[in-house]
Amino acid sequence: MRWYWIDRFLEFESGRAAVAVKTVSLSEEHLHDHFPGCPLMPNSLVIEGFAQLGGILVGEHIGFAGNMILAKVPKAEFEFSPQPGDTLTYRAKIEYVKEDGALVAGESHIGDKLHAKVEVFFANVLETDRSRRLFSDAELLAMMKMLGVYRVGRTATGEKLVPPKLGEIPDPARLAGRS
Amino acid sequence: MPDREEIFSTVREILCDALGVDEDEVVPQATLTDDLGAESIDFLDIVFRLEKSFEIKIPRGELFPDNVLSDERFVQDGKITPDGLKELRARMPYADVDKLEANPDIKEMSQVFTVDMICRFIEGKVGVES
Repeated sequence: MRWYWIDRFLEFESGRAAVAVKTVSLSEEHLHDHFPGCPLMPNSLVIEGFAQLGGILVGEHIGFAGNMILAKVPKAEFEFSPQPGDTLTYRAKIEYVKEDGALVAGESHIGDKLHAKVEVFFANVLETDRSRRLFSDAELLAMMKMLGVYRVGRTATGEKLVPPKLGEIPDPARLAGRS
Repeated sequence: MPDREEIFSTVREILCDALGVDEDEVVPQATLTDDLGAESIDFLDIVFRLEKSFEIKIPRGELFPDNVLSDERFVQDGKITPDGLKELRARMPYADVDKLEANPDIKEMSQVFTVDMICRFIEGKVGVES
């Protein structure tokens, strides 16, 4: 099982921006300990949600060439803590993206209320010994479909985003010349 | 074309955002690692932010020539060789490499990476109004 910290994409514009939602549920076990009798969504999991949203946004843009991993969190400012029943809307955009890294900045709202401002910085570990793929092609595509990327996704020129065929996603080890 | 104060002001803002430091900590002589707490991944972030803010391209290794420091021709037994210092002067005309003359220990390289060094690098890239 993987921990998903976004539930669904509402908008996805390739190479530019995306909107996703996360609904907080009392059935999430960790909320029973954070805190007993007072369930609050941990800020760290909001950051992870932005990392997942940003990682997919950046990864799709570069054709999943390599492994964009969360390398630092330059900014994480929170106004309050969400409770079960809240739906968090994450809006994020790519500030910059290059072969070796990317910065994604975004805001979280609950309704009209600003909840958080987060920046996540990714490094592409293409050229290191850790360059093995974190997901199989099939897992990656299944995840993208499950999160609705191809249901709402648009290319930079506004056409419907089409999923790559299995086998079209480059292998980072091959790209690094080690296979 | 920006003047020196404008360049410093933008660089200060970038370093505050990238490193989470306060404005008053970002003074020209502050070193990125020892004074402002930068780690290796921060250098990549800083380069990207400089590119975006100043609308310039900074090829890998141009501002922070880490490939010089990993070259055994230029670093031996933890010391930067005379050839290494010569290479650094050629590659980093915007930096005060002379301060390494007395103690060329590679660890002292962090003393070269200052806020002022970044400002001088940017001045060389975009020009500066006198």
